[in-house]
Amino acid sequence: MDNKSLVSIDDYTKEEILEVLARAAEFEKNPNCNLLEGKVVASLFFEPSTRTRLSFETAISRMGGKIVGFTDSSSSSVTKGETLKDTTKMVSNYCDLVVMRHPIEGSARYASEVSDVPVINAGDGANQHPTQTMLDLYSIYKTQGTLENLNIFMVGDLKYGRTVHSLLMAMSHFNPTFHFIAPKELEIPLAYKIFMDKNNINYHEHTEFNDIINEADILYMTRVQRERFADPLEYEKVKNVYILKNDMLENTRENLRILHPLPRVNEIAVDVDTNPKAYYFEQALNGVYARQAIIAKALDL
Amino acid sequence: MNAKKELQVSAIENGTVIDHIPAEYLFQVINILGLDTCENSVTFGNNLGSDKLGKKAIIKVADIFFEDDEINKISLIAPHAKLNIIKNYQVVEKKIVESPDKVVGIAKCMNPKCITNVEAVTTRFKVIEKTPITLKCHYCEKITDHKHIEII
Repeated sequence: MDNKSLVSIDDYTKEEILEVLARAAEFEKNPNCNLLEGKVVASLFFEPSTRTRLSFETAISRMGGKIVGFTDSSSSSVTKGETLKDTTKMVSNYCDLVVMRHPIEGSARYASEVSDVPVINAGDGANQHPTQTMLDLYSIYKTQGTLENLNIFMVGDLKYGRTVHSLLMAMSHFNPTFHFIAPKELEIPLAYKIFMDKNNINYHEHTEFNDIINEADILYMTRVQRERFADPLEYEKVKNVYILKNDMLENTRENLRILHPLPRVNEIAVDVDTNPKAYYFEQALNGVYARQAIIAKALDL
Repeated sequence: MNAKKELQVSAIENGTVIDHIPAEYLFQVINILGLDTCENSVTFGNNLGSDKLGKKAIIKVADIFFEDDEINKISLIAPHAKLNIIKNYQVVEKKIVESPDKVVGIAKCMNPKCITNVEAVTTRFKVIEKTPITLKCHYCEKITDHKHIEII
């Protein structure tokens, strides 16, 4: 097993998180370099994810590396019935680093054990997506100047949203106060409440999306996904409950920034986009710098 | 009650008695401990009366003394099992099974989308709670609670 791999956000200690964020800031100042010159990175996307893939490929290109790989499993040997183990073993012989997106949960951890080179998890089903978490952290750090003692509000699908869970785990190093705004059907899972209780983290749960957000430093919006609901009626009931509109931001803090992992559907009204507190598009750009820093760390560069 | 109760499974001279196994798990315990391929004499009884379990099973294995980590594997399905070590027809030592910290290759992850249920991967769990036993998958990081533990 290669301990340079990044599979789960828990693989990083607090110090490592801060180290990667500092590195990301350097890459933001000078994105183009030749750290990856002569190196080959395999980009294995067993399911399509345009945003994540382009962000990784941009990061690799800006560092002077070469990319091999596929963009969905229909163009790989998976269609011939090859196992993940064999694909990973074979590809890891060719390259210096594997970036992998896979619909099956735990696939990234398994690949990191089979592979001879480090594996960076670009999402394994509903389980983990640590590079998204690092770009969220970088966005928070950049806009607030610190990660310590912040009021973090999370809104929408807190039950199934993996970005919410990973961000919660990562922020737990930095003495946050969490406010969770969600319908009963999508509230934060018990396992995370137990985790916060054990770690003495302050949290509050709300079902109303109102002026409580005036206390927020970060407002993390998420999409309520239709495919998460077994019963379509349940989805119809909750899909339009938590929509952020521009007039709701009137009395919010100056330093408030609105984050969203994207893509959004209707949970942030378009009139918010021009508000200086809207940060979700810059957030996506931060993904390139965060991934450059993660790649550099995985390869000890 | 008679002072000396009739034994439902005959006594052994030397070896190990595993008592208080839930009746429905007898054959799984036999599998986990590899007794199905054991050459020694193995006697067992099932669906015997038990105040604690309702119906229990008991296994007596001649001339075998289990290592702790070997016997602890059965704690997943028989958490209340008790061991009597027999020498010369006498109980010389009593042991209880203890939950291990890690479980490798015995239980199935309850998440159907977990890689261990898709490909031939040996399951690995961390025991995050001992009573009732609760497992966290090393791969998909989902929890398998005691009600959903299935033995492979």
